[in-house]
Amino acid sequence: MRKYLKTADSDWFNQRLTGVMYCVVVAFAILVVRLFYLQIIEGHEYRRLSENNSIRLQSVDAPRGLILDRNGRLLVDNRPSFDLNIILKDAKPVDQTVARLAEYMQVPAEDLVAKIAPGGGVSSYKPVLLKQDIGRDALAAIEVHKFDLPGIVMLINPRRHYIFENSAAHLIGYMGEINNNELNCGDYPGCRVGDYIGKFGIERSYESVLRGQRGGRQVEVNVNGQVVRVLKTVRARPGKNIFLTIDYNLQQTTEKLLKDRAGAAVAMDPKTGEVLAMVSSPSFDQNMFVSGMSHEAWQALVTNPHRPLENKAIQAEYPPASTYKVVVALAALEEGLIDTETTYNCPGYHRFGDRVFRCWRRGGHGTVNVVRALAESCDVFFYNVGHELGVDTIARYARACGLGQPTGVSLANEANGLIPTTTWKVQRFGEPWQGGETLPVAIGQGYDLTTPIQMLMVTAAVANNGFINRPQLLKKIETADGQVVERGRILANGRLPASQQTLAIVKRGLWEVVNTDGGTARWARLAKIEMAGKTGTAQVVGRKKGEESIPEEEMEAHLKPHAWFLAYAPADDPAIAVTVIVEHGEHGSSAAAPIARDMIRTYLMEKYDPRQVASAESDKSEG
Amino acid sequence: MFDRRLVQYFDWGLLGLIVLIGSIGMIALYSAVTAGNATPQQILYTKQLIWYGVGLTGMIAAFVINYKLLERWAHVIYFLCVALLVIVLIFGTFGGGSQRWLVLGPVSIQPSEIVKLAVIIVLARYYSKLATARGFTLRDLAQPLILTLIPFALIVKQPDLGTAMLLLLIAGSVTVFVKIERRSMAYIILSGLIAVPLVWFSLKAYQKRRILTFLDPDRDPLGAGYHIIQSKIAIGSGMLTGKGFLKGTQNALAFLPEQHTDFIFSVLAPEWGFAGVLFILLVLLLLIVWGLRIAHGCRDSFGTILAVGITAMLFWQVFINIGMVMGLMPVVGVPLPFISYGGSSVVTMMISVGILMGISMRRFMFE
Repeated sequence: MRKYLKTADSDWFNQRLTGVMYCVVVAFAILVVRLFYLQIIEGHEYRRLSENNSIRLQSVDAPRGLILDRNGRLLVDNRPSFDLNIILKDAKPVDQTVARLAEYMQVPAEDLVAKIAPGGGVSSYKPVLLKQDIGRDALAAIEVHKFDLPGIVMLINPRRHYIFENSAAHLIGYMGEINNNELNCGDYPGCRVGDYIGKFGIERSYESVLRGQRGGRQVEVNVNGQVVRVLKTVRARPGKNIFLTIDYNLQQTTEKLLKDRAGAAVAMDPKTGEVLAMVSSPSFDQNMFVSGMSHEAWQALVTNPHRPLENKAIQAEYPPASTYKVVVALAALEEGLIDTETTYNCPGYHRFGDRVFRCWRRGGHGTVNVVRALAESCDVFFYNVGHELGVDTIARYARACGLGQPTGVSLANEANGLIPTTTWKVQRFGEPWQGGETLPVAIGQGYDLTTPIQMLMVTAAVANNGFINRPQLLKKIETADGQVVERGRILANGRLPASQQTLAIVKRGLWEVVNTDGGTARWARLAKIEMAGKTGTAQVVGRKKGEESIPEEEMEAHLKPHAWFLAYAPADDPAIAVTVIVEHGEHGSSAAAPIARDMIRTYLMEKYDPRQVASAESDKSEG
Repeated sequence: MFDRRLVQYFDWGLLGLIVLIGSIGMIALYSAVTAGNATPQQILYTKQLIWYGVGLTGMIAAFVINYKLLERWAHVIYFLCVALLVIVLIFGTFGGGSQRWLVLGPVSIQPSEIVKLAVIIVLARYYSKLATARGFTLRDLAQPLILTLIPFALIVKQPDLGTAMLLLLIAGSVTVFVKIERRSMAYIILSGLIAVPLVWFSLKAYQKRRILTFLDPDRDPLGAGYHIIQSKIAIGSGMLTGKGFLKGTQNALAFLPEQHTDFIFSVLAPEWGFAGVLFILLVLLLLIVWGLRIAHGCRDSFGTILAVGITAMLFWQVFINIGMVMGLMPVVGVPLPFISYGGSSVVTMMISVGILMGISMRRFMFE
C-alpha cells in the first residue's frame, strides 16, 4: 500500500527544501562568478569597448551571379565599386570633416552636405552614402588623408558590369533600385531599401538565382570609426551563374547586321527550342542603369520614336503579312480543302463582291498550286483559299500553331499578338464580321498581329516536322564553384495541327521560295547550304482607294511597310530557324532575307567545323 | 471568514521585498526608456506603472482568497488558460517573430505568462494527492506530463521557445522536488541519453545548424551573437562602481534590442557596477529564499508544492534571464520578474507573490 504524504509529514518536505536551497545558492554563485569575471576581471577591456560603441556590424553584399553564353563566354560580371560613406557620430565635427573632404575630392561642399541633411533622427552610427563609385583619384586622395577625416568610410560593393555595351541588352536586361511595392510583396526576401534588383530581361526573370545571400562582419573600430580589427565574418554567398542558350558569336553578328535599322531578329534551334540569338534594334547601353543615369539620358531613351527600351522580339506586335500564308496553307491542306493538284488563277487581282483585291504582282502569277503560291507568295491564291476556310477556321489553326498567345519564353512582358475571330470582332467593335475582311486576314494583313518570337516558334515547328517547342533561354545554372545545379529542358507547347504529308508539302513550298527561280527570296540563296523560308511585307498603313498606284519606293520612310523573313537551314535536317523583321524595310526579300541568310551562314559555318575541310585537304597531300 | 490571525500573520517582509524589487525595476526602466534613445519612450514607463497598479489588485485578491480554493478550481483555471493559448494561436498578433499577444483594445496580454501559473497550480494539486516517500513512478507521471505538454506544445507553436523551455523547467523542478522514484528517474535519464543522440542524427543539416546557432550565439555573429557581445560589453563596462544613473546607456545600449524587456539587466549593470548588481542579486536571492521559507512553514502538501512551484518560476526566470544576458545561456526571451517591462509578466508575478503571501498568512490555520 502506498504511503501517501499528507499534511503531517512535513519533515520529509523540509529535507527536500534544504536540497533545493543548496541548488539555488549554487546557481546564484555561478551568476556572481560570471558577473565578477565580466565586470572586474575583464572590466577594463569592456569599458574601453563600450566607449564609442567599438564593436559594430558591417554588411557585406553578395556578388551577383554571372551571365554567360552557351559556350561559357562571359557577358555580364561584377566589378568593385568604391562607395564613400560618412558616419555622423564619428565624424565630429561634421562641418569641418565635410569641408576637408570636399577639398580633397575637389567637389563643392554643398553637394556632400545635401546628402547628409535628411537622416538626422536615424541612428547616427549608420553609414550615410555620400557618393557612389568614386574614381581612383578620389579614392587615393581620401586614403592618404584618412587620419584627417574621422567618420569617413569607404565601403566596397560589387556593381554590375555589362561587358559588351549595347549587346544583348534587351535579353540580358538591367537592374534598378527596389521600390516599396516590391519590398512589401514578399517576392524578394532578404532585400533591403537601396538594394538593386533585376528589372528587365534575364536579370529580372532569374533574379532569385542570380542574387546571392548577403553576409556581414563584426568589426572593432577606433575612435574615428575606422576599422582596426575584423572579429567575425559571415561570408556572403555569391549568386549562381547563368549560362544562356545564345551563341554570342551569332548574337554579335546579328547585331551588326541590324545596326542601323529598327527591328528584331531571333534565332532558335528547332530541335530543342534553345534561343541562339535575340536582337532588338535600336538598343541601349545597360551600363547606364548601373550607376544611375541623368534625367536627360532617361528622357532620350523614353521619347525616342524607335523605342529602344522595348524588346521588339517579344513585345512588338506586327501584322505577319505573307508569312501568315504558311499557316493558311497548312490549314487548307489539313482541312482537305486543297491538295497539291488544286490550282487557282491569279491575274493580278481578285474580285470579291463589289471590291477588287490586288495581288502584289501586278501582272499576276498565272495558274499556281499551293507550293508555287507559297514560293511566289501569290496573294490571289490565298484570297481564294482564305475565303473558303473562313476566318474562324483560320483562327483555330493559327491558335493551334501557337499564335495569338504568349510563347511562354522566360521574359516578362511578352505580348499576346492577335488572331481575329468573328466573336472577337463583335466583342471588340460591336459589329459582325464581313466576308471581305477574311481576305486580308488570309494574307496576314487586316487585324492579324504576331510577335517575331511567335513566328520563330512556328517556323521552328515546321522545320522539325511538327513539334512546337517553347523558346528556351536557359542552358544551365551553376554555382560559383562550377557545380551544375539545373539544366535547361525541352518544353513542348504542343504539336502543329498538321499531318506529315501536309507539312512536307508546306516545306516544299518554303524550299522553293529560296531555291527556285521565281521564288521571292531567290537572291538570298546560299552557296553551300540549302535554306528554306518565307518572305513577308507588312503594310503599315492601309492604302486608300486611288492611292494604290503610288509605288512603295516613293512613300515616306515611316510609312514604308515592314520586312519579314522566316527561314531555317539546312532544309533537309534543320539546325537553326530564324525570324527577322526590319521595320519600314520595304520588302522582305531585300531587307530581311539577307540578314537571315547571313545569320544562318555565320552559325552553320561555325557549326560545320572549318577544320574538317582543312584536314581533308591535308590528308590528300599526304596520301 | 475574516480571521484576525490573517492580519496578524501577514507577511510584511515579503511585501517590503516586492516593493524594493519593483522600485529597482522602475529605476531601470526609466533609464532604459529615456537615455540613449533618440525619442524617449516615456509612455512605456507610465504603462508599467499602470500594470503595477493592476497587478497590485490581483495580488490583494490572491492573498485574500484562500489558496485552498485554487486546489478546487485548478482544472477550471487550467482549461481557461489553455483555451486562451489556443485563441492566441488563431487570433493573436505577431510581434518579434512570434504570435503571442492578444490585443483587446489598448491592452495586449500574453497568455503564455499566465499559463505558467495555471500549470503550477494544477501540478500542485495532482502531486499533493499522490506524493509518496518513495517518489513517483513513470505511470504516475503520465498525467502530469500530458498536463504540461499541452500548453508546452501550444507555446512552441507560437513560437516562443523561451517560455516553453521555462515551462518545462518549472514543471520539472516541481516534479523532482516531490521526488521521482529512483528507478523511474534512472529510466528517464537513460531514455534521455539514448533519445537525444538518436533525434540529433535524424535531423536535417539545416535544423542541426539552427539548434547549434541557438545554443551558441557566437555562431550568429550578425544576429544573436552581436546582441550578446553588446550585452556583455555593457555589463562589463560597469566595472566596480558603475557609470552612474542614466550614464550607461549612451553607447552600446543603443544597439541592444529589447533593452526595456529581455535585456534590462544590461541597462542596470553598467550604471550600478558590480557593487550595485551584487546587491540586486542578493535581493533576488532573498526573494527566492523567502518563497522557500514559506513552503517550509506551510502545513499542507498542496500549499507547500504550490509555494515551491511559484518559487521555481521566479528562480528560473531570474537565472535564465541574467544568465542569458551574460552569455551563459542561449538567447531566449524570458522576462526578469518585476524588472522587465511587460504587463502580463508584472501581473502574473504579482498574483503569484500574492498567492505566496496567502500561503504564508495561513500557516497557522489548520483545516
